Amino acid sequence: MSATTPEQLGQGRGYKEHELVPKYAAAPVLPGILPVPKERGRVMGFIYRHPTIVVGGTLVGLMVLIAIFAPFLFTKDPTALAPARRTRAPSELYWFGTDMLGRDVYSRVLYGARVSLMVGFSVAFCASVLGTFIGLTAGFVRVADTVIMRVMDGLMSIPPILLAIALMALTRASVQNVIIAISIAEFPRVSRLVRGVVLSLREQPYVEAAVASGTRVPVIIWKHILPNTLAPLMVQATFICASAMITEATLSFIGAGTPPIIPSWGNIMAEGRALWQVKPYIVFFPAIFLSITVLAVNLLGDGLRDALDPRLAKRL
Amino acid sequence: MFSYIIRRVLATIPVVLMVALFVFSLLYIAPGDPAAIIAGDQATPADVERIRESLGLDRPFLIRFGDWFFHVLRGDLGVSIFTNLPVTHMIAQRIEPTLSLMSLTLILSLSFAIPMGVVAAWKHGTWIDRAVMMTAVLGFSTPVFVIGYVLAYVFALQLDWLPVQGFTSISVGLVPFLRNLILPAVALGLVYMALIARITRATMLDVLSQDYVRTAKAKGVGQSGMLFVHALKNAAVPIVTIVGIGFAALIGGAVVTESVFAIPGLGRLTVDAILRRDYPVIQGVVLLFSFVNVLVNLGVDLLYTLFDPRIRY
Repeated sequence: MSATTPEQLGQGRGYKEHELVPKYAAAPVLPGILPVPKERGRVMGFIYRHPTIVVGGTLVGLMVLIAIFAPFLFTKDPTALAPARRTRAPSELYWFGTDMLGRDVYSRVLYGARVSLMVGFSVAFCASVLGTFIGLTAGFVRVADTVIMRVMDGLMSIPPILLAIALMALTRASVQNVIIAISIAEFPRVSRLVRGVVLSLREQPYVEAAVASGTRVPVIIWKHILPNTLAPLMVQATFICASAMITEATLSFIGAGTPPIIPSWGNIMAEGRALWQVKPYIVFFPAIFLSITVLAVNLLGDGLRDALDPRLAKRL
Repeated sequence: MFSYIIRRVLATIPVVLMVALFVFSLLYIAPGDPAAIIAGDQATPADVERIRESLGLDRPFLIRFGDWFFHVLRGDLGVSIFTNLPVTHMIAQRIEPTLSLMSLTLILSLSFAIPMGVVAAWKHGTWIDRAVMMTAVLGFSTPVFVIGYVLAYVFALQLDWLPVQGFTSISVGLVPFLRNLILPAVALGLVYMALIARITRATMLDVLSQDYVRTAKAKGVGQSGMLFVHALKNAAVPIVTIVGIGFAALIGGAVVTESVFAIPGLGRLTVDAILRRDYPVIQGVVLLFSFVNVLVNLGVDLLYTLFDPRIRY
């Protein structure tokens, strides 16, 4: 028989031992020294390699579905008052009990998912777009760089929740204003990230080549710079989404967020506060939903970071 | 080294100026008429006019800012719309509980998070590592006030070990002081601990694979000496960095924690001020906290040179 090729050895599958051992072997053959790679389908392989993305993504997807289909999931009107049935403990009729105005906590929590997710996703989007725009400007316009980054340093020195509180104290409470306030508190970090990526990309030979061949700056940004900022931006956006949901709940909790008439997780907890020592479930059910959602988004972000930047994956 | 410190200290001046300018101009950036919003729905036009005047909204922006800034430099943060007391006076009254809470939180977080991170890195890949990391991710994902309620429910209401709410000054005695403050400090510190434990583990993993750690092992340095002396000192820079970055979150968390545990500190002052739309107070507190945050991060930068003599700017 012909000599065994390294490929055959490496595959380590489907060989018979007598075939591998030549009659007058000079060197020992080392069968099976390489581990047998397991055969997995594309889907199973992905799940195996990125379990956090799968778990996080599934949970986030589930929450989105709950938010969209809230009216069909055996809910009642989340704002319907029923003073006669107030502060009932969880039962068959009221799965999560009722609050001090007799509203069904289960329905309120499910509808609350809409506010939290909308705030989370909108802030992630707005902060990313604004931050990218400013980061690109700082990275490309040398004159503006120092000024912009000093302004960003100043903004970042104000603790984000306090900045959002200060903004909310000056505007009328609405979901839209909450989104704007949290976006303003979050975008400086994005702009710093994008600026860093731009500065390192500018030195890349392919960007220099594009500049040398007379490509206009907007084209360079669009074709060469932006695609490379996408990966870190996506990871950052998931973390912003998670922190925005916590900030929204915190703002509503201290009374500077979503208007009390809208059931958001923060509002439900804020209203349950007065009674938490005797009726803890009013606070705990929205809290559990909020924690699971934020945990899911964080897991998704961790997984994305590991998948998109293997160097970091090893470290964190 | 000395010139680096001078330059670093000078570099905070524009940042502080930026913060002041921003906190001040919030009044002008906000959509709508801030005077009308602060006055509330039941205000008469005369009330609105009075507030507009007391905030100086009828004067040009730059003149007003200059005026305000020089007052701030002299330690005058204006007068509360609601109580008519000087803001600095109100802050001084409330600063002790907040200072106590944050100090205890810092001490607790650092003394638990760093060993946790070190052990997780040392036992890398084992269940200890996974448990520490899982706790860390959970810590990030739960709002401070939820952790606060869970802790208060378990340790104060169910087990009846600690008081549910309130604050006792340290001048009354160390034991009642700690009994009141331990739950809020743990609740507030959990997020911070998660952050620090994670970065400690990551950096230690890096450091433990270095040649000098192998050399230390080879020459017979004991396990704990190796971990906590040789390795941890070299992992200090990223850890100190995250302590500085996380400080902003700690401040934000303190505001909420004080509401949960009824601690009469600056956080409560802020929340009350929001509900009354007492803008000069909000402005003063935000400015103070931001200034502290800038100082902490300045301290962190200066610590770098202490931990890593290779850093020379």
